[in-house]
Amino acid sequence: MNGAEYLLFILMLSVFLGFELINKVPATLHTPLMSGANAISGITVVGAVALAGNGQGDLAQWLGAGAVALATVNVIGGYLVTDRMLGFFKKRED
Amino acid sequence: MDTSVITGLGYVVASGLFIFGLKMLGSPATARRGNMVSAAGMLVAIVVALMDQGIVDYTWIIGGMVAGGLVGAVAARAVAMTSMPEMVALFNGLGGSASLLVGWAALTPDAATFTLVTIVLSILIGGVTLTGSLIAYGKLSEIMGSGQIVFRGQQIVNSLVIIGIFSGAVMFTMEPTNPNWLYMVIGLSLVFGVMAVIPIGGADMPVVISLLNSYSGLAACAAGFAIDNNVLIVAGSLVGASGIILTQIMCKAMNRSLTNVLFSGFASVSNEVTEIEGEIKPINAEDAYYILEAASSVAIIPGYGMAVAQAQHVVKELSNLLEANGAEVVFGIHPVAGRMPGHMNVLLAEADVPYDQLLEMDEINPRMDNVDVAIVIGANDVVNPAAREVESSPIYGMPVINVADARTVFVLKRSMASGFAGIENPLFYKENTRMLFGDAKESLGKLVTELSS
Repeated sequence: MNGAEYLLFILMLSVFLGFELINKVPATLHTPLMSGANAISGITVVGAVALAGNGQGDLAQWLGAGAVALATVNVIGGYLVTDRMLGFFKKRED
Repeated sequence: MDTSVITGLGYVVASGLFIFGLKMLGSPATARRGNMVSAAGMLVAIVVALMDQGIVDYTWIIGGMVAGGLVGAVAARAVAMTSMPEMVALFNGLGGSASLLVGWAALTPDAATFTLVTIVLSILIGGVTLTGSLIAYGKLSEIMGSGQIVFRGQQIVNSLVIIGIFSGAVMFTMEPTNPNWLYMVIGLSLVFGVMAVIPIGGADMPVVISLLNSYSGLAACAAGFAIDNNVLIVAGSLVGASGIILTQIMCKAMNRSLTNVLFSGFASVSNEVTEIEGEIKPINAEDAYYILEAASSVAIIPGYGMAVAQAQHVVKELSNLLEANGAEVVFGIHPVAGRMPGHMNVLLAEADVPYDQLLEMDEINPRMDNVDVAIVIGANDVVNPAAREVESSPIYGMPVINVADARTVFVLKRSMASGFAGIENPLFYKENTRMLFGDAKESLGKLVTELSS
């Protein structure tokens, strides 16, 4: 079991790390950054699977199943469209 | 070995891959591999999550994943690059709604107060993200009008909604067994998302979708607290930080505070008419060709109009011909050109313009004195010299691309209507400005024909 303060500690470190990392992303890549962020925010699927698979047939299971579907759209769609976009970015051939 | 140890270690690996993937997004040369590294992280996280011993029935998991995966894959292939803003807006909403559902499902009768607070937060942020994103999607795809929707008493309604959410949230944490408080928070959060985005106009959409991008991450983060899962917190806060940074960049590029974008728009600024000296000088494609043919340095400044006219491919053709004619061609990209951060860059990249030919505003402005011809394609406010010269202008102080410093400026424009912000543009009246009226794609096509003959 994780304590609340341990989770808050992780939150604090990741927020600072996030700021440092994203500040280094050049303006030309901001659209792929956003669609890539869409994909990462689909991480909710990881939490949703345990709920969707509880086998209780209760409300939590149905909510979890819905969340699995929605978050998977983000994961698959986000990574694929980002890859498609980044494939366009080419350096000048000299 | 205990599976919870494997799960824990798997999440550590996944978080590391997310971080490393984002780091590789720091350069266009490594960005594509970075995205794959991040995807690998997601795969690891999902695989270890599926090994959870609490899972007794995989039917609905597999069903949800197949359905969601198909929709995502089809959408990612089918979407046109001009429609990326809508797609990102929609995905923000999906992320928010998934977190809302997870937060809701995490509610158990014996939940601690801290958990209840995080459940409320994930429902609140998720709900606002969902409906806010749907409205943003509607505005961007022009299913609904892209203008501001304001009505009398809006602030009062908003205040009541906020008070309602707050009291509902407090009551829920004190009395979690009464589902009515929960429904009240869910309902009002959804209403608040709509109310928050309707008063924001089309030109401010880059700020709105950046902010909603951030919210979708924060919602995942809150859901992570609700279900006690650290990888959700790490990934969610990375996304949250990303959206906040983009929001800041967009606001700075418009010289406005976030509060100003969210709550007032341009409507409150006095619209006194300032006399603009000079006259409009139209030019036809043939005369424009003679000037371009003699140019040794050309800067192209695209805006949202280029996306609307789908003119990016013909722009690339023009740039090739000019280069073949011995001119140096660069593109100047304003941070808020288009409907989302980096929108122009993606469109031009799709049209095979190399990314090292795309210059940011701060790189191109010092070089503008040496540019023979600056071609403005479907951009208006981001090249408006009033931002530097007219103190009474609503956009005074906004950093703009100083196209007027070039020897000659061509403005490709459909008609003399003002930009989305509805602000007069003195650029059109400058001594060295020539207006090439008509559809941008057609006008460019004519120039291409002239140059290639």
